[in-house]
Amino acid sequence: MATDILMPALSPTMEEGKLAKWLKKEGDAVKSGDVLAEIETDKATMEVEAIDEGVLAKILIQEGTEGVAVNTPIAIIAEEGEDVSAAAAGGARPKGNGADTGGQPAPAPDMQAEGQAKAPAPAAKSAEDAPRAPAAPATITNKAPAPVMEEFPAGTEMVTMTVREALRDAMAEEMRRDEDVFVMGEEVAEYQGAYKITQGLLQEFGARRVVDTPITEHGFAGIGVGAAYTGLKPIVEFMTFNFAMQAIDHIINSAAKTLYMSGGQLGCSIVFRGPNGAAARVAAQHSHDYAAWYSNVPGLKVIAPYTASDAKGLLKAAIRDPNPVIFLENEILYGQSFPVPKLDDFVLPIGKARIHRQGSDVTIVSFAIGMTYALKAAQALAEQGIEAEVIDLRTIRPMDTDTVVESVKKTGRCITVEEGFPQSGVGAEIVARLMVDAFDYLDAPVLRITGKDVPMPYAANLEKLALPTVAEVVEAAKSVCYK
Amino acid sequence: MDAAKEAGQPKPDEARTQGKPEASGTPEAGHRPAPNTPQFSRDEDLHAYHEMLLIRRFEEKAGQLYGMGLIGGFCHLYIGQEAVVVGMQMASEEGDQVITGYRDHGHMLACGMDPKGVMAELTGRRGGYSRGKGGSMHMFSREKQFFGGHGIVGAQVSLGTGLGFADAYRKNGKVSLTYMGDGAANQGQVYESFNMAALWKLPVVYVIENNRYAMGTSVVRASAQTDFSKRGLSFGIPGEQVDGMDVRTVREAATRAIQHARSGEGPYILEMQTYRYRGHSMSDPAKYRSKDEVSKMREEYDPIETVRKRLLELHGVPEAEIKATDAKVRETVNDAAEFATHDPEPDPSELRTDILLEARA
Repeated sequence: MATDILMPALSPTMEEGKLAKWLKKEGDAVKSGDVLAEIETDKATMEVEAIDEGVLAKILIQEGTEGVAVNTPIAIIAEEGEDVSAAAAGGARPKGNGADTGGQPAPAPDMQAEGQAKAPAPAAKSAEDAPRAPAAPATITNKAPAPVMEEFPAGTEMVTMTVREALRDAMAEEMRRDEDVFVMGEEVAEYQGAYKITQGLLQEFGARRVVDTPITEHGFAGIGVGAAYTGLKPIVEFMTFNFAMQAIDHIINSAAKTLYMSGGQLGCSIVFRGPNGAAARVAAQHSHDYAAWYSNVPGLKVIAPYTASDAKGLLKAAIRDPNPVIFLENEILYGQSFPVPKLDDFVLPIGKARIHRQGSDVTIVSFAIGMTYALKAAQALAEQGIEAEVIDLRTIRPMDTDTVVESVKKTGRCITVEEGFPQSGVGAEIVARLMVDAFDYLDAPVLRITGKDVPMPYAANLEKLALPTVAEVVEAAKSVCYK
Repeated sequence: MDAAKEAGQPKPDEARTQGKPEASGTPEAGHRPAPNTPQFSRDEDLHAYHEMLLIRRFEEKAGQLYGMGLIGGFCHLYIGQEAVVVGMQMASEEGDQVITGYRDHGHMLACGMDPKGVMAELTGRRGGYSRGKGGSMHMFSREKQFFGGHGIVGAQVSLGTGLGFADAYRKNGKVSLTYMGDGAANQGQVYESFNMAALWKLPVVYVIENNRYAMGTSVVRASAQTDFSKRGLSFGIPGEQVDGMDVRTVREAATRAIQHARSGEGPYILEMQTYRYRGHSMSDPAKYRSKDEVSKMREEYDPIETVRKRLLELHGVPEAEIKATDAKVRETVNDAAEFATHDPEPDPSELRTDILLEARA
């Protein structure tokens, strides 16, 4: 019986990849362990090994093809003794994955993110069915109206790039500009970044300024802060902010408080950056959104961008800022593409929210990956005659309350969206501020859409339940509009 | 690489330069005079005497002001340990950085910080080094290259390693003198720092001030390995146990350690065997040790008295000259106390300053 070899998922968040090269050709005998092909993702090039024995009957996806969705059949393997030409012609019955990459199973077909997976991978039946609702932000973004607030000259040429590329460019530009800037962290140099954010930096700047550390967050965070005390400007990468818990003493006690405790003598210009919040199917210890935690601390600035343009402009600002800055990225957003202004030195102000979509009926305030729910909900609401104004906070601390209040004065209604936990969350802070600053303008209670008050579960269905959904945002928006 | 590693390996025979017996359970074990004890010149002994006495008198005054309610919060006195920081400073050069934990008054004075500013910080006044916002445990001086003053046990070790990282990054030939107590030496981040400092050959001298008690817990009750000079062994960091009650042995070992670090050989560990006479903090009745133990150390090994004796007997300094130094130190300390008790409290507007620096345009 012939078997389909499907495009494998090579990371928890991979949705598609390039079929770079076939190492076997049609008619070749293959046995378990043989490398069949090379797959390029936005992070790495990986080999696909055969797990069954047989003959490579047909190659379905030619090498060099880009954007091959996970679970797309890429080849057919005929069993030994089977009629190869018949197998090739007749196709194969799907038999899970015919290929394996070192024991990591590809996700079940229904893990395919809605909107991203190309046929024939089964797409989710609806937005709410997709375990990771935010997986299709790029299409939404591209349809979004032109930015309401222009932060670069009209007519500026725009280039499309991923958040990952924007972050790397921001670091590279600042490192070229200032010899005191260096980056340190686990796998940032020779490995080119665990998520490839530091790709190419070692080659350009050398090992003195792109420093691979041992797996020792507490220690290297302290070393970074100590170096910053002397005036250097470290960029400390955490492989994820979950691991920064090992280092939180230095972030809070050593970095955030020292300027105050020294009577203004000892500043600490340092950026702590890395992916924050849930990726996909990595469970509670790797899925925590720390935006609210860090935003609780005076002496820190906290940035959580959504678009590539904001990622670039704000990371450059963070590196130049004389204070400790927490720069919260998101693994799922790394591979998303957005237009970025082509400017020699594009720096955005820290502490300014952006109106991402204008509307008059309800204000939706969000940030980072929360924006993907907000924008999808806004689209759904528009189809039902409700025009939502979507505000991207971009910076969590200092929080741009003015922009939110001005919007609420217009709409009289507000909901907040974040993946973090509800209690003492960013939404809770916005609610409290609106109670004071916009009480007279509110026509309905402010509602919060958040991650559920549970540790992040592993199972696909439970993870889906733990995260916010677009439906929840839509429902909340309608509810405050009394519709 | 292998040769370098070999060179970095501690050599037990060499490492015990003081020629003293293995430390036993008694505090005085590490302080028996050895035949090869280095000597100080008259001027060096005079300098050391002045520096140590300033710390002693300053700390006594701080204790007094604390008792009067003029100093609040925690106040950890350095009395008994003066020879450590004074000997270290005698071996360092301008531009070398100093960082320590919260028993930090002595380090600040030894770095040349103004006693008035230190005392005014203890009393929480506007003329304090941190404008009254830091207190006893949190003072800094960029000018004197003193980087705190840190209240979290062990944190200063990673931070001090970062100072050394910056020196190596800038290739400026400076060395980070990173102090910790025997208590901090059990923190995990100390070993993370040792690892990276050795891996990257950072110019850091780790000074473990073993005063035998981490708050109320004696070293033997807290440490599986009480020879702290061996704590860097698995990273190839050389270490020495040093009689920390004798400023001469401290200076000698410090010279060796600093030279090692400055020459690009990487970090070095000095375990200073010392003793604090007072409790852990002002509120510690010190019931965990006997009065006899304390008085024996004070009477037989006091770092200041031994220098005073040398000045009189070995260098033939007239008693009147020593008394003049005593009087000068007392006056300096009294002036500091006077300033610190009359300086106004910080202006209320200080509450909201120094939280963030303005970004440059």
